[in-house]
Amino acid sequence: MNLRAMRAIAAKDLAVVRRSKAVMLPLIIVPLIMVLVLPLVASFAPTFANIPGASDLGALIEQMPESFQAQLAPFDEEQRLVVLLLVYMFAPLYLVVPMMVASVIAADAFAGEKERKTLEALLHTPTSDTELVLAKLAVGFVPAVVVAWSAFVIYAVVANAAAWPTMGQIFFPTAMWWVLALLVAPGVAAFGLGATVLVSARVSTFQEAYQIGGLVVVPLVLLVVGQAAGVVFLSTALVAVIGVVFWVLAAVLIGLGLRTFRRGELLARG
Amino acid sequence: MSDTVARAPSSPVPAKRAPPAVIETHALGRRFGETVAVADLELRVERGEIVGMLGHNGAGKTTTVRLLNGVLGASSGGARVLGLDPWRDGVALRRRTGVATETPAVDDRLTGRQGLTYFAHIYGVPAASVARRVDEVLHIFDLADAADARVGGYSRGMKQRLSLARTLVHEPELLFLDEPTAGLDPVAARALDERVLSLRASGATVLLCTHNLVQAQALCDRVVVLEHGRMVAAGTPSELAAGLGAATRVTLELTAPAGLDVAALLRDVAGVHGVEDATAAEGGDAPPPDDPSAVRDRRLRLQVDDRAAIAAAVARLVNAGAGVYAVEREAADLEDVYFALHERNGAAA
Ligand SMILES: Nc1ncnc2c1ncn2[C@@H]1O[C@H](COP(=O)(O)OP(=O)(O)OP(=O)(O)O)[C@@H](O)[C@H]1O
Ligand SMILES: [Mg+2]
Repeated sequence: MNLRAMRAIAAKDLAVVRRSKAVMLPLIIVPLIMVLVLPLVASFAPTFANIPGASDLGALIEQMPESFQAQLAPFDEEQRLVVLLLVYMFAPLYLVVPMMVASVIAADAFAGEKERKTLEALLHTPTSDTELVLAKLAVGFVPAVVVAWSAFVIYAVVANAAAWPTMGQIFFPTAMWWVLALLVAPGVAAFGLGATVLVSARVSTFQEAYQIGGLVVVPLVLLVVGQAAGVVFLSTALVAVIGVVFWVLAAVLIGLGLRTFRRGELLARG
Repeated sequence: MSDTVARAPSSPVPAKRAPPAVIETHALGRRFGETVAVADLELRVERGEIVGMLGHNGAGKTTTVRLLNGVLGASSGGARVLGLDPWRDGVALRRRTGVATETPAVDDRLTGRQGLTYFAHIYGVPAASVARRVDEVLHIFDLADAADARVGGYSRGMKQRLSLARTLVHEPELLFLDEPTAGLDPVAARALDERVLSLRASGATVLLCTHNLVQAQALCDRVVVLEHGRMVAAGTPSELAAGLGAATRVTLELTAPAGLDVAALLRDVAGVHGVEDATAAEGGDAPPPDDPSAVRDRRLRLQVDDRAAIAAAVARLVNAGAGVYAVEREAADLEDVYFALHERNGAAA
């Protein structure tokens, strides 16, 4: 492995990404909504909404498994709403952060380089196909995890602070969230990267790669819907399983990506 | 003066092996579906040569460069470049080659210096000398003032110079230049020519793909001409001209009576073709044509196969009473060769 060349490629991609509005805007806005807006709104929900769906909430909780009901047992009605939103409902949304960061940067590093026509000069350099892919994967992965973990810390602070009037105690992060942040978030980032690499080999612009690659959020949307419908309950064990599944899928996609990203074939496809 | 060098007697010991060629291909070919991009290419380039590769758009020049640098697989045949198999040892090969691609190399969002530094690291320029090397190539290509500005703001020619600068940052042994003069002003083009010549002097080998026939003629030791992926000619520019019978053009200035049809006089001289009377084109002070004995300045253009034909033509004119006072000879240049080849192959196709 030519680590020096890989580091140079990663550093260059990162420098380029930092100067691109199309990439930086979603990278800043989505995590901000996630770590600031959502917990603030949720924390004040009991105060000014006066629980419009209180009966729905009760019904929803009753559908949940025993273990979940036990988790909520110590809390009163208002506290339950806060915990339900901040701990459970927003958990899949949190995963959007690493997924989005990873796939936007990867779309720029792979398809964007192709679109700007600088890829050919890079292919003529003394790097192997594997080194090129790994360098570009690292460019997406490291920032995705850094942003996701920072978001986790900020979310924890904001959630506890904003919900203090209702909760009166530090209730976050729960064990499930530790698993979510440490295991699942990086897995989701890797999954988004793998999907974007595969898509990027076939499309010719950043926009296409970003849009088609955006389909990777579908599993997360399914989690949100499943939870709201009471079908899925994100227990610590289930979250750990989801994490493992994302890592396995990521490994498969990245493996395919490494096989697809071959200089000869990229140039032959034109 | 020793015109006759003693020939070495054919020795019983095996002849010393010729030094390996820098580029050597055997029946190299590449197709894309039905399209034949390169076919049956037999190319040999020796160390220190500047070889021009000419051909129309789509002739297969860029594809050849991609094949030789191991970034595109061959459909048939094989090649050795710097003694390596381009496809098996691509990484080792590419460490020693530099390619100025037709496409930009440095992202618009980087500065020129950042782009060059990036390539210096990828190509393994010793870390301690990266900054110095980058400064050197910035200077060579007159980009020092713009070094810290974003490439997005560069003019087309500046981008092209940056692209050339980065192909030299690691001092490659073999340089592929794919249309390097595109977008360059005459001063920059001249500087590039000088740089290429000095690279050759330092032992580098250059494969120059170009549409710029004047540049090819001036720089190249040999040229190969591709057409539809096939090599249709190879040799020094003058060999090509001779081989094609691309004739030498001659202009004669003479005085002759207005009534004498000087052009007709030359039509049956052996080795002379395409005689045309160019007097009319330039004549402004010609006397009235109603006096056939008045002596007029005349100008003739013709093509000759060899020197003897020029002498024969002049003798014929003098014998007929004309006075020849200027003979201008103009050797066929690469442009004539190129168009002659195109006509010949176009007619065949
Ligand atoms: N990836 C590809 N897919 C399909 N056809 C291709 C591909 N690359 C090249 N070709 C075809 O191969 C032929 C040779 O192309 P190439 O780019 O080598 O020509 P060229 O001599 O460099 O032309 P130009 O002077 O325009 O740069 C053309 O007919 C081109 O259309
Ligand atoms: Mg070309």
